[in-house]
Amino acid sequence: MAGGTRGPVPVPLEAQNRNVTQDVLDLLDTKSPLQTSEDFPSIPQPEIKAALDRLASRSMVQYDTHEKDQVLLTKESETIVADGSHEYKVWDAVKQAGKIPIKELPKVVGADSAKVGQGNAFKNKWIKKDGDSLVLVAEEVKDTTRDILKDIQETKALSDTKLLNDLKKRKLVTTSKVLSYSVTKGPKYAKEIPVEVTDLTAEMLASGAWETANFKPYNFNALGSSQNAGALHPLNKVRQEFRNIFFNQGFVEMPTGHFVDSGFWNFDALFVPQQHPARDMQDTFFISDPPKADKPRSDPETEAQMDAMEAGYNRLFATAEKRSTKPRDYEQYFQNIKEVHQNGAFGSIGYRYPWSEDECLRLVLRTHTTAVSTWVLHRLAEDPRPARYFSIDRVFRNETVDATHLAEFHQIEGVIADFGLTLGGLMRFLEDFFSKMGIENLRFKPAYNPYTEPSMEVFGYHVGLGKWVEIGNSGMFRPEMLEPMGLPRDLRVYGFGLSLERPTMIKYGVSNIRELLGHKVDLGFIESNAAVRLDKN
Amino acid sequence: MPTISVDKAALFAELGKEYTTEEFDELCFEFGIELDEDTSQSKKPEDLAQPPQLKIEIPANRYDMLCFEGIALNLRVFLEKQKLPKWSLTPPASGQLETITIKEETMKIRPLCSGVVLRGIKFDQARYDSFIGLQDKLHQNLARQRTLVSIGTHDLDMVKGPFTYDALPPEEIEFVPLNQTKMMDGKQLMEFYEKDKHLGRYLHIIRDSPVFPVIYDADKTVLSLPPIINGNYSKITLDTKNVLVEITALDKTKVEIVNHMIVAMFGGYAESIEPINIISPHNKESREAPDLSPRQMQAEVDYLNQVTGLGLPPAEISELLERMGYTVAPAKPDDKLLDVAVPITRADVLHQCDIMEDLAIAWGFNKLPRFYPNKSAAVAAPLPINKLGDIVRFEAAASGWSEVMPLILCSHEENFEWLNRKDNGGTAIKLANPKTAEYQIVRTSLLPGLLKTINSNRHHAVPIKVFEVSDVGFIDLSKERKSRNERHFAAAIMGKTSGFEQVHGLLDRLMLMLNSAFITREEGLKNEKLEGYWIEEVDDPTFLKGHSATIKLNIEGKEHTIGVFGILHPSVLHKFELPYPVSTVEINLEVFL
Repeated sequence: MAGGTRGPVPVPLEAQNRNVTQDVLDLLDTKSPLQTSEDFPSIPQPEIKAALDRLASRSMVQYDTHEKDQVLLTKESETIVADGSHEYKVWDAVKQAGKIPIKELPKVVGADSAKVGQGNAFKNKWIKKDGDSLVLVAEEVKDTTRDILKDIQETKALSDTKLLNDLKKRKLVTTSKVLSYSVTKGPKYAKEIPVEVTDLTAEMLASGAWETANFKPYNFNALGSSQNAGALHPLNKVRQEFRNIFFNQGFVEMPTGHFVDSGFWNFDALFVPQQHPARDMQDTFFISDPPKADKPRSDPETEAQMDAMEAGYNRLFATAEKRSTKPRDYEQYFQNIKEVHQNGAFGSIGYRYPWSEDECLRLVLRTHTTAVSTWVLHRLAEDPRPARYFSIDRVFRNETVDATHLAEFHQIEGVIADFGLTLGGLMRFLEDFFSKMGIENLRFKPAYNPYTEPSMEVFGYHVGLGKWVEIGNSGMFRPEMLEPMGLPRDLRVYGFGLSLERPTMIKYGVSNIRELLGHKVDLGFIESNAAVRLDKN
Repeated sequence: MPTISVDKAALFAELGKEYTTEEFDELCFEFGIELDEDTSQSKKPEDLAQPPQLKIEIPANRYDMLCFEGIALNLRVFLEKQKLPKWSLTPPASGQLETITIKEETMKIRPLCSGVVLRGIKFDQARYDSFIGLQDKLHQNLARQRTLVSIGTHDLDMVKGPFTYDALPPEEIEFVPLNQTKMMDGKQLMEFYEKDKHLGRYLHIIRDSPVFPVIYDADKTVLSLPPIINGNYSKITLDTKNVLVEITALDKTKVEIVNHMIVAMFGGYAESIEPINIISPHNKESREAPDLSPRQMQAEVDYLNQVTGLGLPPAEISELLERMGYTVAPAKPDDKLLDVAVPITRADVLHQCDIMEDLAIAWGFNKLPRFYPNKSAAVAAPLPINKLGDIVRFEAAASGWSEVMPLILCSHEENFEWLNRKDNGGTAIKLANPKTAEYQIVRTSLLPGLLKTINSNRHHAVPIKVFEVSDVGFIDLSKERKSRNERHFAAAIMGKTSGFEQVHGLLDRLMLMLNSAFITREEGLKNEKLEGYWIEEVDDPTFLKGHSATIKLNIEGKEHTIGVFGILHPSVLHKFELPYPVSTVEINLEVFL
């Protein structure tokens, strides 16, 4: 970003009750080029510069900048120029008195001069010791130090570098850079700044004054005026990109409007055994109030939402013969889940443990949106057919909060149901999905997940980090999850998921999740974060 | 996922190849385990102090890879260096099996017991350490911190069968615990280990029970107090020749899985694996344990081929499955079903889908044909509430407000007391086990999050104008999940002046965009058919008196109160530590669906 002030060039500078701009114009009339260091020695450099810029932007003057070192006296040396050097003062005092006891000297010339001056006066052979007193050697002396400093005071320069360094070391002088300018008339030189207008106005348009108006130049090195703009949250902007990817692929959004779910939907129906570590107090938020869920049953409100969303599909793919639907039997589903855990069923030997209904009906804050996918897939059993569902919503884990973990985050989840799906097909789908956010070359690692088999961790090559990073999880839902719902054996279902925060953090170089989600996020970050284009950058 | 540390040189010797770290990482990736770290590349003093280790992450269901022996064995089989061994039982020369009699008393605390004898075992330091390590890993994972299953191992030559598994009052159990010198009873033992970093966390499993589980021998010498500790008397050493393993449990399936794992991992170091006669008539659990015969399953050739997309003949499938430890009965080329023997090591195999995954791993996930099989069309649709929420979000941002995303969970006082609101007990969803006081309930209002966000941004120039469109949660006993979410919109402005007109104006703007006309209160109350919204002054302790109003809406012939706006009461500002006046508006969006 270029520096400078906003908007038009500032109005005239009145320095020390002088109009510097006008002074420059006046002098240029008779003297061009002029040297600011000589012609305006008393005006501070920034004020000169501002005046010259103002005139130069109107092409009324041109100027060159000169930089040179300037030698300045310190307070101490200014005293020397006025009163003489320390050694001179000592010599002078001895000369006046004829003889001074050494002990008395500070009282006569001051402590500082006594200390430094005595030594130098000895060295110069101006005075000598006589017992405990000082007596004169030289009748006449030349105070060179004072003469040199006096010369510097007048010229602000010293050509002898060795001497200069010596004086600097003795803290008698300092050096500083000074800017001065040589100024000549510019192509539009005039003795006065013509009257300028700052902006085009409606009146000028009406009167025609704009044709002759002299417009004040605009400072293009500054930003325009602040827009007081509103802003969408960066994480929601990324979310929108993902939603668009899903919509482009024909996915229907799942009804995720409940943070609380039962153990049944969150775990049991997903074939997560009741002793699974995920169901520990350490990992899952359990609910103390309300105390317990009902057994699964129909939910007319959410059904109506799903019906409305799938109306488009049903209309488009309607056939002459009406499709038959098989109403869901929730009690049967519940019993099937119990059976497949406790005794094994649907071609599975099950986990073979005493399954508890109480555990199943405990309420939890959903640990994943897969709980909702389960509900939607159970609904699909009424009319098993190819279907695609997605959701992006908040999930909860009872984690210890650190730079990469919060107790809440967003899960992106996609589900594809179809007949005859293959594992390679899921890989191809994910390659396409991730290519839309610029990640190519996926690799898949066998993994374990209680509700998918096969399960695959998805790795993408991160060019910036120079390594393979895990970007998501995927798999095909287990028959133990699907068949108890009443879905036919040959309908297979892909599931894949990732967090919304992780790709956002990688993409935008955010290292602490708390800078992205939650109340500690900086509003400045929200306001200035660029539009999100996953395919672009 | 458990991480297992194994000696690098010893593992590579087993695998018959000196892998580079990259090569071994690749092998792990293909097999589905993960090389976490190769300590030969580490500069940490603790890593330099020992021979290079490979730290390998094991999937949570592969109990057969929780020790060096298991990792080496499975990789050797995968690399076709060997076939998986067939473990078998050998009764002792005398023909007389060791017995464990389970007393009915154990039903009160820990009813199941299994065991095995590893006879003629040869330990060295590495094997011994691995033996202990495996028990520890099994205790942590499958056994859920010893609650479900626990293992005790004993020098059989120090004790004398028959053995008894009983449950006795703590005072009646007296022994010297492992690596101790003092005799103590059950009660004293609980006190003794109360502060113990390692064992203290298991005491709760039995502490409050009137009887403690105990295993003793013919002379009443205590072998162990499951699931806490063994006796010192029967402890195994490097010189132990015959090991008695006893496993007590709550879970019938897991007790045998654990038995299988110990036999499969360490049976190879013994001359024979000897069954134990379990006598437990009261719960019909009398048997000879363990049963080492592989589990017979069937897998459909078509299914295996379809899901993997491979189309292989049965013989080739069989070969691939052998690399994953299965034994497949010879099959004819046109066989539809394969008889697959699942070894005792593979407790994770429940369904033919598990066999199918192993086929895909043996073939190589990344070599599978990547084709999308179907070209079925689909029709996308957004969730109506999300579509509505997005409209409101875009309009609020276009009006110059910035979107924020605070957390859903908050403390009780932020949601109630700090806003001068009362918890009537039936509204907010409460968490049972939060780790901090920050997370006590699901918020019932978006205001706490907005105010906390402003508080964290006090360095920002005023006015600060923020909004959020998101869900709050309520208890709702009419629902299956006894609760429901509600999509809310809320905004807050903090500035040198109250900003009351600003939130009011924003409300008007959103109502206009939601096609809801402004009507007067009188019009609205008089005619429910007249659609639109109006404002009614209200006394609400969250807000400054005389400066708050409810928002009423007539929509589809019904009147709703959808929200409230106003200037926050100074006491609220004080609680949230806000230096300037703040006005807020919050409405329920669900009615606009």
